Amino acid sequence: MNFYNEMMDANGGVRSHYQGYDEWLKATPPERIARKRAEADLAFHRVGITFAVYGEEAGKERLIPFDIIPRIIPSAEWTSMQAGLRQRVKALNMFLNDIYHDQEILKAGKIPAEQILNNAQYRPVMKGIDVPGGVYAHIAGVDIVRAGAGEFYVLEDNLRVPSGVSYMLEDRKMMMRLFPELFAKHKVAPVQHYPDMLLEKLRAVAPNGVSDPTVVVLTPGAYNSAYFEHTFLAQQMGVELVEGRDLYVKNETVYMRTTQGPQRVDVIYRRIDDDYMDPEVFRADSTLGVPGILRAYQAGNVTLANAIGTGVADDKSIYPYVPEMIRFYLGEEPTLNNVPTHMCRKPEELKYVLAHLSELVVKEVHGAGGYGMLVGPAATKAEIERFRALLIAKPDGYIAQPTLALSNCPTFVEEGIAPRHLDLRPFVLSSGKDVDMVPGGLTRVALTEGSLVVNSSQGGGTKDTWILEN
Amino acid sequence: MLSRTADHLFWMSRYIERAENLARLLDVTWQMSLVPQPVEVANQNWNAIIALNSLEEAFAKKYATVNAENVLRFMVSDTDNYASIHSCLRLARENAHAVRGTITTEMWETLNSTWLEAREKTFEQLYNAGIADFFEWVKMRSSLSRGTTLGTLLQDVSYHFIRLGILLERADNTARILDVKYHVLRPHGEEEGATDFYQWGALLRSVSAFEVYRKAYRDVITPERVAELLILRMDMPRSLHFCMNGVVKNLDLIANNLSNETQRQAGLLHAQLHYARVEDILEHGLHEWLTDFMDRIYLLGNGISKDFLVPMVEAA
Repeated sequence: MNFYNEMMDANGGVRSHYQGYDEWLKATPPERIARKRAEADLAFHRVGITFAVYGEEAGKERLIPFDIIPRIIPSAEWTSMQAGLRQRVKALNMFLNDIYHDQEILKAGKIPAEQILNNAQYRPVMKGIDVPGGVYAHIAGVDIVRAGAGEFYVLEDNLRVPSGVSYMLEDRKMMMRLFPELFAKHKVAPVQHYPDMLLEKLRAVAPNGVSDPTVVVLTPGAYNSAYFEHTFLAQQMGVELVEGRDLYVKNETVYMRTTQGPQRVDVIYRRIDDDYMDPEVFRADSTLGVPGILRAYQAGNVTLANAIGTGVADDKSIYPYVPEMIRFYLGEEPTLNNVPTHMCRKPEELKYVLAHLSELVVKEVHGAGGYGMLVGPAATKAEIERFRALLIAKPDGYIAQPTLALSNCPTFVEEGIAPRHLDLRPFVLSSGKDVDMVPGGLTRVALTEGSLVVNSSQGGGTKDTWILEN
Repeated sequence: MLSRTADHLFWMSRYIERAENLARLLDVTWQMSLVPQPVEVANQNWNAIIALNSLEEAFAKKYATVNAENVLRFMVSDTDNYASIHSCLRLARENAHAVRGTITTEMWETLNSTWLEAREKTFEQLYNAGIADFFEWVKMRSSLSRGTTLGTLLQDVSYHFIRLGILLERADNTARILDVKYHVLRPHGEEEGATDFYQWGALLRSVSAFEVYRKAYRDVITPERVAELLILRMDMPRSLHFCMNGVVKNLDLIANNLSNETQRQAGLLHAQLHYARVEDILEHGLHEWLTDFMDRIYLLGNGISKDFLVPMVEAA
């Protein structure tokens, strides 16, 4: 397979937007690069930018490897990608608003009703509830890959509690600290205002009548794998980081316990899954959530970001319908491509998938984090046979897609510099008034040669992402 | 500030202060035991430490006899003993971990590395290397933690809760040290011999008060003055009066609409120290007086907890 290289063209020449970096790399002594790479590792460790689960004695914190070759995207490509993201996230929010109200899209027959109503991620408790601005996915982490020049595909829309934005910000900080001269040479669009933008969006969706809302970040606690990011965002926005036990509900209103007595909470950026939010409604055994918080939410006295029930829109079984949503709600043609998807629940498509397993990528409908998937071309016979059995046993639990020729980018690895596959996760913020994002996003890179799986839980690393301004 | 955050800060500082004072108490007991004395007397001194912390039962479960080595092992390194120095350093670090975003990086790194270093060493290693060195190390680590707090933390409400934890704990601990040692020493105090001088000297040193005593009295060491110095002296950083002074001040800075009664109790206790005479306290009976003081410190801690740290929630 031929892969698009982000830095080099087919003839081995350096693409124009990488020329400045390439000159710098060639002019910089390898010892300096090596020293700087070591410095980056040390700094990440000291600050504690780690992700793995904390052991009881917190000895096992793992770093996400950081690569010093940036992923550079020319301004024109970003402009069109950004338009596509706005369009897509807008449509997804309209879709969520619709299915929890009049369900026009189901009435119009664009999506089979049972696909939505029987979906485990569809939350009947949300039916008829009006959320501020009609926004459900305030923060969306849309995973995008490139197959060729200007050819971008959305892999998935993460609309529940997408994470990784702290790495985007820390990667930039690190690059500027290690190589300030690069930023003097390139006009790299800044990203550091993300926390301000996020706070602005969260304040904009405060319940009716609240003019100076109290915003908090709700974390499952210090043992959660993304705890660093939770403390980071709370600190950067200057708001309290709370756990479920810090909150309580009285008279359909949420309060936090402070040393000056109860303080009303208006907007909760929650980093806890739906299932754990309210033991009165969802999992009764959850100690992470807040009993009664859904009552307060239904009464319109608190805003949850993201809303309850967004999972039904980023579910892999719903993904194939997103282009149709864009046409239905916006009357536009989608700017970003969807990966052609075989729905195994349809017998004829299942038949095709079973016959082409070694060429396809098979994904669990409810899977996430790169677990429970089959990459056909890279799989062993035994793995393929295991998935064949899984598919036959539970066809509606899987989708299949052609293996995309994911683009790659030169990356520092043991042997030196070698191309590795990557993706991009821009963080798209919505408040009802507008849809915004900082230029770029988090670039994740699969460090294993040939691997197409970039998730940090599967050994992926990150790169700073540059959108070059003209 | 979130109540839970204040709770972690308060206990973080209490535990590190407790570790330090326990090191001081064990150190002075160890020093005193080096002076020739009958075995029963020595063991009695060690037993007093167990009794003082109401740990007789927990101790008896694991150790057959009360002697220097067993008590040291139990109070220094025993992971089952929640009051051991080992446990205190662990709990200080755990509380700090929960509020990493609130304290400064320097504070976190100090408490974290203290704990990491402490758990490296077995009791045998500490004992053979000279246990007094370990006590010195604990004191230094506590000083370092106090110093980084003073030198790096914004002096807002988090700082007040930290100070409150330190001072309340220290008031309790100084009272304990004085209570347990005063009674061991007092019966022999009628004729002041060389032994008593060393014993009183060790007690003063354990609360860093030996030089202070010299400066303040320029005279021989007498039990009354020692009691006066550790209880009533307002400018002596480990005295009860000094601690209560700070408790009242910091309580005023964090006051809320629940805390009236707690502030009143603290103010009353402070006033009683402020206007007390050591003669009256001794006449009343030092042990009884100190017991009463410790009870009231305990109640103050409960009051702070109820008013600020784990406030009761009205039913939903």
